[in-house]
Amino acid sequence: MTAETAADTVAERPSHPVIHPGWLRLCHWINAVAMLVMIASGWQIYNAAPLFGFTFPGSVTLGGWLAGGLLWHFAAMWVLAINGLVYLALGFATGRFQARLWPIAPAAVFSDVKAALTFRLNHADLSRYNAVQKLLYTGVIISGIVIVLSGLAMWKPVQLQELTAVFGGYEWVRYVHFFAMAAIVGFLVVHVTLALLVPKSLRAMVTGR
Amino acid sequence: MRRLRNLIPGVDSDLLMRDAARAMPDPARRGFLRGAASLGALTFLTGCDIIDGNSAEAVLRKISEFNDGAQALLFRRGALAPEYPASAVTRPFPFNAYYALSEAPVLDGSLYRFEVGGLVDNKKPWTLDELHALPQVSQITRLICVEGWSAIGSWQGARLSDFLARVGADTRAKYVWFRCAEGYSNTIDMATALHPQTQMAFRFDNEILPRAYGFPMKIRMPTKLGFKNPKYVVAMEVTNTDKGGYWEDQGYNWFSGL
Repeated sequence: MTAETAADTVAERPSHPVIHPGWLRLCHWINAVAMLVMIASGWQIYNAAPLFGFTFPGSVTLGGWLAGGLLWHFAAMWVLAINGLVYLALGFATGRFQARLWPIAPAAVFSDVKAALTFRLNHADLSRYNAVQKLLYTGVIISGIVIVLSGLAMWKPVQLQELTAVFGGYEWVRYVHFFAMAAIVGFLVVHVTLALLVPKSLRAMVTGR
Repeated sequence: MRRLRNLIPGVDSDLLMRDAARAMPDPARRGFLRGAASLGALTFLTGCDIIDGNSAEAVLRKISEFNDGAQALLFRRGALAPEYPASAVTRPFPFNAYYALSEAPVLDGSLYRFEVGGLVDNKKPWTLDELHALPQVSQITRLICVEGWSAIGSWQGARLSDFLARVGADTRAKYVWFRCAEGYSNTIDMATALHPQTQMAFRFDNEILPRAYGFPMKIRMPTKLGFKNPKYVVAMEVTNTDKGGYWEDQGYNWFSGL
């Protein structure tokens, strides 16, 4: 490292603190890939026995047919679950969840939703989440936990029948899994849109600053 | 695509046709990745090499084999599939296969001989009367299809573990293989073969199995997905060689435990 770049780094530090540590960025992008594979292959599986009066177009499904969708789904599940466990463990252990996502005050959510809808929500400090962000991020983490647990319950309704029973039995757990997916996809639409509207937030998730 | 006709009464023929079409392994469906244009969105994340052609399929099949091992570890012989009251039985119980009911095998019960082979002491073929004379058990359990839907059925027959003991099977062998009249086949792990609910089913709903449900014998395993429950079974072999199966060879997970 040259003296010049070292000086730059030092000079940058006060004005550009680390917003997202390395472990978090790594978990985020691994999750992004795993989640896309799970969603696209999950849609392929859904199409084999639709719960509702529609199917997903072949252009947005993964696997080509049911067996291919299943192979992708049950491969990516390991990546999703292990990465998710690492993320949850580090999120609690480092105190990040407690510091960034808590507390979520209903009054703050209300005023921030209003500000967001009138395009007056402040994003000056990326290290501090507004109440809407806190609510969405906490919500998607909970949806992630529900989708993994309902997935396990659907995959193993005999070996893990106690878990399946918690969701109301095999037929109900299919709906739980579907709606957890819908919640995550809904979050994704909002999340990606906002990340594109506030590009520095995207940069922070890549470079950390 | 095969023609589908003469469907069983009470079953929505359009739905059934769509099911069969989805399950049909015609060449266009065989490639896991063909026709999956969404991959365009994923290629940039995974690189081209793994995405196209047989390499991706090979990697996915390796992971599927790993999942067989994981499921064997999860399998507990004492874990019984939930049982239901008679009122919960799905009526009409769906017929499901990769062919129409009119193309299902028709077997003559009086000529039927169940062949037993491989690592067993007694390879004498069994007549249907002899099989029916075995101690019978009953179960009302949920059949879960690989497609996701499920239905509750009522099966009566002999415990496979009792039968294996009776023919002097070497239960240290790894697999039991079943062959069916229409050429369908399945290989299952010995632990599942010995599970107390694994049944050589001769009756459905206390009536002799109709053709739709696998006359004269279906192997009923409530601990495995529906396609691992063969119908029209004509032969069994106790073996240490995995002989695969009709759907497993095309990409469905081999263990497919529940």
